[in-house]
Amino acid sequence: MKFLVFIEQRDGKVRKASLEALSLARRLAGGPVAAVLAGQGVGGLVKDLGRHGAGVVYVADRAELALYSSQGYVGALDAAARKESPGAVLVAATSMGKDVAPRFAARHDSGVLADVMDLHLEGDRLVGSRPVYSGKARAEVDCGASPIQIATTRPNVFPAEAQEAAEPRVEALEPFEVSPRARVVRVEASETKEIDVAEADVIVSGGRGIKGPENWPMVRDLQEALGAALGASRAVVDAGWIDHQHQVGQTGKVVSPTLYVAAGISGAIQHLAGMGTSKVIVALNKDPEAPIFQVATYGIVGDIFQTVPELAKAVRAAKAE
Amino acid sequence: MNSLVAIAYVPDTESKIKVGPDGSSIDESDVKWIVSPYDEYGLEEALKIRESKGAGTVTVVSVGPERVKTGLRECLARGADDAVWVDTGETKNLDALGVSKALAAVAKAATFDFFWFGQKGVGPDESLVGPMTAELLGLPHVANVVHLDVGEGKVTASREIEGAHEIVECSLPAILTAQKGLNEPRYASLKGIMGAKKKPIAEKKLADLDVPEADPAAAKARWRKLSLPAPRQAVKLIPADDPAAAAKELVRLLREEAKVI
Repeated sequence: MKFLVFIEQRDGKVRKASLEALSLARRLAGGPVAAVLAGQGVGGLVKDLGRHGAGVVYVADRAELALYSSQGYVGALDAAARKESPGAVLVAATSMGKDVAPRFAARHDSGVLADVMDLHLEGDRLVGSRPVYSGKARAEVDCGASPIQIATTRPNVFPAEAQEAAEPRVEALEPFEVSPRARVVRVEASETKEIDVAEADVIVSGGRGIKGPENWPMVRDLQEALGAALGASRAVVDAGWIDHQHQVGQTGKVVSPTLYVAAGISGAIQHLAGMGTSKVIVALNKDPEAPIFQVATYGIVGDIFQTVPELAKAVRAAKAE
Repeated sequence: MNSLVAIAYVPDTESKIKVGPDGSSIDESDVKWIVSPYDEYGLEEALKIRESKGAGTVTVVSVGPERVKTGLRECLARGADDAVWVDTGETKNLDALGVSKALAAVAKAATFDFFWFGQKGVGPDESLVGPMTAELLGLPHVANVVHLDVGEGKVTASREIEGAHEIVECSLPAILTAQKGLNEPRYASLKGIMGAKKKPIAEKKLADLDVPEADPAAAKARWRKLSLPAPRQAVKLIPADDPAAAAKELVRLLREEAKVI
């Protein structure tokens, strides 16, 4: 079956989650697949796509596509799909991918297997596994009667595998209409260039146990020692201690990092739903009855005002070895 | 300015989830249902726009079984003017494209400037229906909106992305999906609750709309099996009598046993 993978780039950099989707498509197809890339001045990115599984890259390189536009980027995917006639389309489940995939799907009268954590083929049928009810359950899903099978893949779950490969064939896409009705006029980066929790490999989160926003520096110190992203529980976001971009949980971000450190988080079902699929969970809490210990891999029952700084120290010492 | 607001009526986020007898959907017997939290932000923004302009209507729409009328009544109590219920009848587990087609059919019969959605429906957690409906209606959309300025015939929306915000200019009518941070949803007042009983809920039947996905054989996404995650292994507790030693031991385990740092 032919696969087409939508490649996300911002500021001339391909997002890792797209390379993960591309590598996955190559594994499923058993050989090189097609990719589509939209933007301005993006030709230099093609070689790396080849290493991750692209045999052909459809490129829409135009000034109007310099910044993201849902209709423009869906237009590029659509134009590539018309040339390639793929049986399956994969898109990384990032904020851009979640914007592109459903519009493209509706245009082709197809469904989407959203945010899958596993994807395999049964004959020519894609079968995905995805967390539902924020990870409280898992659904095995397929595309039913969809003419094109479309899946978005959760970042950080599938490996991105580079291997030596011939440079992919590049095909420029014919101009298509880029509607001016919704266009990004500028991108405002967060003041600190932080790793987003949704994409982070390691997350350190703080909850009510940190007692107040004045104690974030203590949590931040551990976060920096681990090279992690900063997460937070709903309680502290609702209390206004930190922006909700950091919130992990059912009404925040659902994450699956390799390591999740919960400092002073009791583990409301809301929160557990958002991080329960993390590979390794460390719980630091003074209350031995806190539900977080039921999902944790490792735990220290104690005063986080002692354990968190000590842990930061120990991590730095270990990394310096 | 007129708004449509799509409402999903979903299991309370505090609910325990059990697998139902069919093995592919949840056991609904003990579930408490709520308006999906993100939809509340959409409704609130629609109400605020109506109040600031001093004119216009807010119509809430939901696709589902009889119980969704309770959710619609809650929205009427908070200030929506009227409601449309698309009765799914015998159809269970209508997929996202099917829901989008039903909502698009309702929207085609209405005049509106905004069609609001939550950035995701809590439960299926797909984030599909807003953009799909926009595509079916041929309208622009902005997803994950955390701030909105309403101008003449257009809006400027701030949309949350990874580590940044995209500032999007969008012509009206448009579809917007609401993200937490957009506003603080109001509660229904007693007067609102009393008044809601007299507000109209128009009823449509899914079977009368052009939604092939109502037939499971024509569904474009299917849940084949639902399962609960395997319980995690019991926690390994590290004695904390000496915090420095405990931290050291934890780092050793993370390195040598779990191999994650």
